[in-house]
Amino acid sequence: MSVQTEKVTNATRSNPRVEAFKTFSKRLLKNKAAVVGGLVILFIIIVGLVGPFILKTDPNAQNLVNKLQPPSKEHWFGTDNFGRDIFTRIIFGTQLTLKVGFLSVFIGGIIGVVVGIVAGYYGGMIDTITMRIMDILLAFPGILLALAIVSVLGGSLINVIIAVGIFSVPAFARIVRGSTLQVRKLEYIDAVKALGASDGRIIFLHILPNIMSPIIVQATMRIATAILTASGLAFLGLGAQPPAPEWGAMLNEGRTYMHNASHMVMFPGMMIIIVVLAFNIFGDGLRDALDPKMKQ
Amino acid sequence: MAKKELLKVEGLKQYFPIKGGFLGRTVNHVKALDGVSFTIYEGETVSIVGESGCGKSTTGRAILRLEEPTEGTVEFQGTDLTKISKKEMRKFRKDLQIIFQDPYASINPRQTVASVLNEAMHIQNVLPPNQRRARIEELLETVGLRPYQADRYPHEFSGGQRQRIGIARALSVDPKLIICDEAVSALDVSIQAQVLNLLEELQEEYGLTYLFISHDLGVVRHISDRIIVMYLGKIVEIADKTSLFENPQHPYTKALLSAIPVPDPDAKKERIILKGDVPSPIDPPNGCRFHTRCPFATDKCRTEEPQLRTSDLMKEGHQAACHYMEDITNGKMQPNY
Repeated sequence: MSVQTEKVTNATRSNPRVEAFKTFSKRLLKNKAAVVGGLVILFIIIVGLVGPFILKTDPNAQNLVNKLQPPSKEHWFGTDNFGRDIFTRIIFGTQLTLKVGFLSVFIGGIIGVVVGIVAGYYGGMIDTITMRIMDILLAFPGILLALAIVSVLGGSLINVIIAVGIFSVPAFARIVRGSTLQVRKLEYIDAVKALGASDGRIIFLHILPNIMSPIIVQATMRIATAILTASGLAFLGLGAQPPAPEWGAMLNEGRTYMHNASHMVMFPGMMIIIVVLAFNIFGDGLRDALDPKMKQ
Repeated sequence: MAKKELLKVEGLKQYFPIKGGFLGRTVNHVKALDGVSFTIYEGETVSIVGESGCGKSTTGRAILRLEEPTEGTVEFQGTDLTKISKKEMRKFRKDLQIIFQDPYASINPRQTVASVLNEAMHIQNVLPPNQRRARIEELLETVGLRPYQADRYPHEFSGGQRQRIGIARALSVDPKLIICDEAVSALDVSIQAQVLNLLEELQEEYGLTYLFISHDLGVVRHISDRIIVMYLGKIVEIADKTSLFENPQHPYTKALLSAIPVPDPDAKKERIILKGDVPSPIDPPNGCRFHTRCPFATDKCRTEEPQLRTSDLMKEGHQAACHYMEDITNGKMQPNY
């Protein structure tokens, strides 16, 4: 009989990762706001990936006769001062926005995680020095720091991605350092150390997998900030250069015509708000679902 | 029996810096270990007992260089472990293993038992990969688990079972010395007995040597050959088990032993209650470290530090660090509470 019960437990038992994912998705699905945020993000990503292939129109095609038209059947979001279709430009801009958001967070995340883990794991002078540098970076207002970096590197989309990436580094580094300090003290880290494991092995196989949740949450929230900063830079004329259909740049172009063609600023502005809001709400939901203890 | 030295610890000091100030300068030290020397012979079980914070665990960790010791030497079979590089130390880690106190924190929750043991063998390159699975199952049986449990995760085991996994991990690299850092303190009394018996069986089977760190005198009495009593980073008494329990010399040891409950309601027993708290290891008292709480303390104790020595009333190998242990045993000195 005991053999049978053992077999049953054997069949029903599971990988803690699968278990953890089940409870995580259950918690996330309960959070209505997060589900909506997630769906919006999904929709935006699909639009960004597929949209340009379906539309087939040139976002930069000018039609000066039709300039500054309000929204109509042919031009859903109206046209701008060169007669370009704003709807088409917004769809094409989605790709740029997402590229900036994801790539800059990816760059910032990788550098930040490495810096944070090394500082937290080795401690001492390395920790003091790197964290002071991070403090200096944090002392600048985000947009100002990005502005400074872009003005040094020159204004282009790639440089905006690099700038926003660099300014995301300290946020990642701090969170990762804190989590590393916590995990580093656990006995199983000492156990593998006592077995003679190398530092690389301990860091990548034992510390990193156990601090993934805060990193994922931070990345999601950071994408929102990155998008906002990139749009801000473009608005200031330092990001994507015209005629690229970047939302922030479109906002800047529409600024002059705000009084008689408000749709020129309204639609790009609305899109920025929707995307940033979606990432923030989804990030909040992720945090609550991944680690309820992190909720203040 | 000719006793062969396995581990010789000499003048081991472990000072933890206290950082403070603007640039994180070192403002002071916690003197967790302040000159500890002892020898462990092959095949024996040596215990370290003492209050919380006396440096028991620090000793174990310093021997394994989990924390780099500040001063002193740790000779393992003639090699000074404190002098070799980190890389060379990795090879020696095969011979020196540790079992931890908290069975819930000592295994990575994301690894199966098999991968925990496999990793240990992989790091030390113990067996060719294709023979490891068989060895893992064998190890599990050795520590009283079932081979089919190899692919389970830690959360599927009880505390006692997890401690057995910890033991299997230590055994997987064929060590010579195992440091048991409060290895049974977190377990139920009945499970404690099982794990202690397992440790004894393994010692017999594999000729292991244990350094057993504990605050539980009952456990220590059960398992040890020799016992080291520590107080505030120093050794106050070393003796074989019988001598220590029957003829304790240091007033601290006496107080410690008097705290063991006797399972006899009629037994009259003198309970020595120490006054005050353990002084801070940041600024330990001068002279004998125990003088602030010792009922026999004199001016000499406050200024002069006693060394470990053997008096006429003690067996060979029994040492204590007290200026007045003869007078106290003879009754010439009376406690002054």
